[in-house]
Amino acid sequence: MSVHLTVDRIPVEVPEGVTLLEAARAAGVTVPTLCHIPGVGDPGTCRVCVVEIEGMRTLQPACVTQVREGMVVKTSTKKARESRRLSVELMLAAHNGNCTSCVRNGTCDLQRLAESLGIRETRFELPVRMPPPDLSTPALVRDMSKCILCRRCLAVCSEVQGVGTLAPRARGFDTEIVPGDSDTLAGAVCVQCGQCALVCPVGAIAEKDDTPRVWAALDDSAKTVIVQTAPAVRVALGECFGMPPGTRVTGKMVSALRRLGFDAVFDTDFTADLTILEEGAELLTRVKQALTGGLGKKKGEGADAHGEHAPGPLPMFTSCSPGWINWLEQFAPELIPNLSTCKSPQQMFGAIAKTYYAQKIGVKAEDIVVVSIMPCTAKKFECVREEMKDSGVRDVDVVLTTRELGRMITEAGIDFKNLPDGQMDAPLGISTGAADIFANTGGVMEAALRTVYELVTGRELPMPKLHVAPVMGLQGVKEASVTLTGVVKDWSFLEGVTVKVAVSHSLANARKICESVKNGNPHGWHFIEVMCCPGGCIGGGGQPRPVDQAVCEARIKGIYAEDESRPLRKSHLNPAVQALYREFLGEPLGARSHELLHTHYHNRQPAYLAPAADAK
Amino acid sequence: MAEACLPPPAADTAAFYRELDAYIAHFAAELRTRTVLIPVLQKAQELFGYLPQEVQRHVAGALGLTPGEVGGVVTFYHYFSTQPRGRHTVNICLGTACYVRGAKKVLEALRQELNIELGGTTADLRFSLCSQRCFGACGLAPVVMIDKDVHSRVSPKKLAGILEKYT
Repeated sequence: MSVHLTVDRIPVEVPEGVTLLEAARAAGVTVPTLCHIPGVGDPGTCRVCVVEIEGMRTLQPACVTQVREGMVVKTSTKKARESRRLSVELMLAAHNGNCTSCVRNGTCDLQRLAESLGIRETRFELPVRMPPPDLSTPALVRDMSKCILCRRCLAVCSEVQGVGTLAPRARGFDTEIVPGDSDTLAGAVCVQCGQCALVCPVGAIAEKDDTPRVWAALDDSAKTVIVQTAPAVRVALGECFGMPPGTRVTGKMVSALRRLGFDAVFDTDFTADLTILEEGAELLTRVKQALTGGLGKKKGEGADAHGEHAPGPLPMFTSCSPGWINWLEQFAPELIPNLSTCKSPQQMFGAIAKTYYAQKIGVKAEDIVVVSIMPCTAKKFECVREEMKDSGVRDVDVVLTTRELGRMITEAGIDFKNLPDGQMDAPLGISTGAADIFANTGGVMEAALRTVYELVTGRELPMPKLHVAPVMGLQGVKEASVTLTGVVKDWSFLEGVTVKVAVSHSLANARKICESVKNGNPHGWHFIEVMCCPGGCIGGGGQPRPVDQAVCEARIKGIYAEDESRPLRKSHLNPAVQALYREFLGEPLGARSHELLHTHYHNRQPAYLAPAADAK
Repeated sequence: MAEACLPPPAADTAAFYRELDAYIAHFAAELRTRTVLIPVLQKAQELFGYLPQEVQRHVAGALGLTPGEVGGVVTFYHYFSTQPRGRHTVNICLGTACYVRGAKKVLEALRQELNIELGGTTADLRFSLCSQRCFGACGLAPVVMIDKDVHSRVSPKKLAGILEKYT
């Protein structure tokens, strides 16, 4: 059924159930919005999108009002304009308008809105609350003097992530957005995914700025400063310089990093390939244990200094996403044994850089500074975890988000768009297309299947362009299955086995997957990829703003194009990773791998979240 | 206005928790969500006297809500308190009639007598002081209610005698 209405005298026909905002867009009319997040939710709090509807006494918010047949909508009458201006002026009056030193200076939605409404003065003076910023976490900074109470952060935290950390406290002028029942984010159950920072229209929630630490390292001639770049950064960094979302800027990024003064420019892709070999071996070990009831390993293999590692249960979860790890440790710790023990590629990189690479260049680990460029805020938390010191010193020293790197490049006066394409350095900058797709939801799974299938059958994964189509795209929970036939001798117990996999992104979907696993895994999944952020790492909390579905799709496309452009697209063919095993690690899941590339997790569930022991 | 959340009073809280859990359990399983949050919080406040963080978290756990969701409701309604309340609530009417008949002076005297501000509680947890706009008993102005007792035509002089009846 379609509905007919007019918006500013322009007749439009739209499907039943859409909002006035969408109808206005169909008519080519832009209604200003602030709290609206496309595709997520409409808190309906800011009253910026109010419009006049003929026959209705009061103005209506276009974002939450549904169309009706014959409606006559006027978006910029005197009444609507004045009301809109009043709302924005009131927000400005209660906002810490210290714009020139704000992290959002120039990228602030409130600034943009005030400008588009032509606001040149504010008629009101309201007390501006100036609490000190919350610096309690390594990932995020909350400056509530900037908060305009739009509640976008609440919408993503509860609806998209299903975490529900952020909540309103009190009401009226006393209202504030707080982390649960704690005064600090560190005191609350928070996964530090940074999705709140991604949607915050102002400077109230942002990544912790670690650029000064990187400048200091670059200025210190006694240090060898090396950088790793996550796959998702290369299709988003260009947005910091006005390029369209999804533009592949790998080469320009490498050149920019060199100009900033890094001694070597490496790729987290290298350790993503390494992850596939370790995680693939771990999966096969777990499957073998499940199918044959024993390890069946040759004596002495797979044992390390701590003794034989019993393989964990199935299904096995991926462990690349630190937001997801934080979630599982706090919300579903009973599933910790199902997590792959593999560190994330970022942490594998740090451990390899400060051992293998340090030996190669003859520099002590403590004189190397490893900087990561990540699409992620939770990575800042991950790198300071107590256990991430397997090289003897802190494995990864500083994590910058894509946005922070963008700011450094700008500060250095580098003309990013016109940079020539650079090449990553060897050996830790050598990688395959399988590593690129770690950035996309479904990518880790696809990369793993490319290698595991070939390892087990001796043949290439029989899928068009090597893509596992059912796990691509933005559907919340995706499934695929691959039947193994004609397997090679070593894996004969896998003959005829159908491997069932699942993929999810955003934590609300992770919760669904976990519930299913806890209820006996009725789908029979063996391997499950979970990414914390919507769309995967390409939609991470440290990426350039804004992010909506179209931006996610463009970045996903960019990543697959990057993969397809590579001569090597399977992790096990990475020559630098092969050399690493030959010269240093031995074999996947070997003693040195266990020491440097694998980790353990902690039950961090607060007592009140644990299921009641004496349930009545 | 972040209030320090004190631990529950030293009384037999285990019994309070048991009674609260029994109350929650009497709702049908499908209702044990945010649907019954307000009655559950009312029950909890009735038992504990107020809603400290620990009690709020217990309710959150029992109803499958986040501490933030529970805290949002607790701080939204004036009825709920996150601070211990006195054994007796002194409620003074500040409606127009009471006001012109000297309620302001009575309030001033109450502040001095109890040594607390509006919304506060005495250190010995004997009295909490609050106000309302109008009790609808203007003929008796100025009016002070203590718990469920109505005291009419109160003057600062009469206060000490009234208060000493509540221990």
